[in-house]
This record gives sequence, C-alpha cells and structure tokens, in this order.
Amino acid sequence: MNAPVSPHHDVMRSQLGRARGLGSGHSGTGHWIAERVSAATLLPLSGWFVVQMFRLGGADYEEVAEWGGRPLNATMLAALVISSFYHAESGLQVIVDDYVHGKAHVPAKLGVRFVTGILGLLGVVAVLKLALGRPAPKA
Amino acid sequence: MQDVREALYVGSRSDGRLIRRPMSPHLQVYKMRLSMFLSITNRITGVVATAGSALGVAWLAALAKGPKSFAAARKVTGNPLGQIILGGWILSLVWHTVGGLRHFIWDVGKRDDKKSVNEDGPVAVGVIAGVSVTLAAALLGVSCCRSRSRAKLRKAS
Repeated sequence: MNAPVSPHHDVMRSQLGRARGLGSGHSGTGHWIAERVSAATLLPLSGWFVVQMFRLGGADYEEVAEWGGRPLNATMLAALVISSFYHAESGLQVIVDDYVHGKAHVPAKLGVRFVTGILGLLGVVAVLKLALGRPAPKA
Repeated sequence: MQDVREALYVGSRSDGRLIRRPMSPHLQVYKMRLSMFLSITNRITGVVATAGSALGVAWLAALAKGPKSFAAARKVTGNPLGQIILGGWILSLVWHTVGGLRHFIWDVGKRDDKKSVNEDGPVAVGVIAGVSVTLAAALLGVSCCRSRSRAKLRKAS
C-alpha cells in the first residue's frame, strides 16, 4: 500500500491517480442520508416535546413522574432521546472529520461516539425506569 | 509536503510575491456576510443544542431517580441563571432547525442562487428570533402562572 515513492513521482502523479484508492469510503452518502432522516424524525418528536413542556410547566414531581410513566409518553421520550443523540453523533462526527486532523482524529471520533452513546443510553434507561420501575398510578 | 494539491495553492500577489492561496471559505480573507455567518452558526448551534440535550437527559435522570434529585433539578430550572441556559438551549435548537431546513432546501437545489440566499437570510434571522422569543416567553409564563396558582391552592386548603 504505502510503497516508498520518490518525491518526484509523488508530485507527478495525476489527480486521478491520487484519488484512486484514497477517495470515497463509499459510506458518505449513507451517513448524509441518515443525518437528514434523523433530522426529519426529530421535527415531529420535538414538536410533541414542546407541547408536553407547555402541559407540564410548573408541575410538581408526582405529576411529572406520572406523565413520564405513561406508555405513550415514555415511547415518545425514548424515541426523542434516541434520535437526538443519533443525530448529534452523526453531526459531531462530521465536525471532527472536518477540523480534527492527525493523531487526535481517531480518539476524537471515538470520544464523540462514547459521550453521545452514554448520554443516549442514560436517557433511555431513565425513561424505562419511569415507565416500568414505578407502581402503576392508582386510577 | 509532497501533495499535488499544494501546487494548486501557489499563487502570486499583485506585487509578484508568491503566496499560498487561501482555501474557501477562508475566514480571514472573505468579508463576513450574513449567509456565511448563518452557515457557520448552524454548526455551532448544533453543538450547543447537543450540550443542552445532555442537560435534558440529566433532567430525565433526576426525574427517574426520585423526588429529592428532581427537586434539585427544579432548583436549576427555576433559577434565573438556569432559565438563561434553558433559553439558550431553545435558541440554539430553533436556530439549528431553521438552519438545517435552509440547508436542506439548498440540498434539493432550490433557493440556492445568490439572490435568493441573500433574500432568505434576514427572513431566517427573523424566524429564529420570533420563534425562540415566543417559545421561551410562553413557557416561562405558563410555568410561572401555574406554580403561583398552585401555591395559592395549597395555601387555601
């Protein structure tokens, strides 16, 4: 792969020659589309969340916990958390690709994965605990 | 560096001196324009919105943990500094949403000529400001009113 080439040869290589084998990883389009799809998913989910925040503004613990424990709310919350951090991860990956070069590139990309992944999981676990971990409210 | 791309960056100034030509868009070379500012801030607000979402998850975790930690979270959201941070989260989310929609419109090949881009920029700023201020003020108003009427009810009972 990295056969030693003379500087002369390297400069004389055509742009096409350079691009061959160095270019597309064939995953860019998929990443780009996934980013748009998660953005489109986030629009209705965020709208739902804003409406819920209007309903919950000023509410106390019991009311909010009961709200979060309802199956539909918990499902929507989990969907919101998952799409948010999925979208955040793909966006931050692109930012790292664009601005972090050299040795820091791989650790930065792994760091983005780790942080967004843990945050997303924490959100999902919290929602699951609200939905499953409490006794059903007395009707 | 023996990179063929480097050769493409060799240019000369009007006095004949060889320089490394700037990459585009180069912050130090081009005059800042609204479209450029909005494109850059679309990324920045994406990062800020992610940080805000991390706080949102912290709120959810506090709620799941129990009444004590939820009371602590409410201290943050009820505090003026916390509300400024919440307002910043709302602003960055609205900003990133409007920016993202504009980028998507350009991606499908619409409104991406110079004239339309310059026309739509100020509209985007207006929409961002209007939606964020309305949302933040309405949410603040609703939660203040409700907690106040609740406190009154508690006193009365």
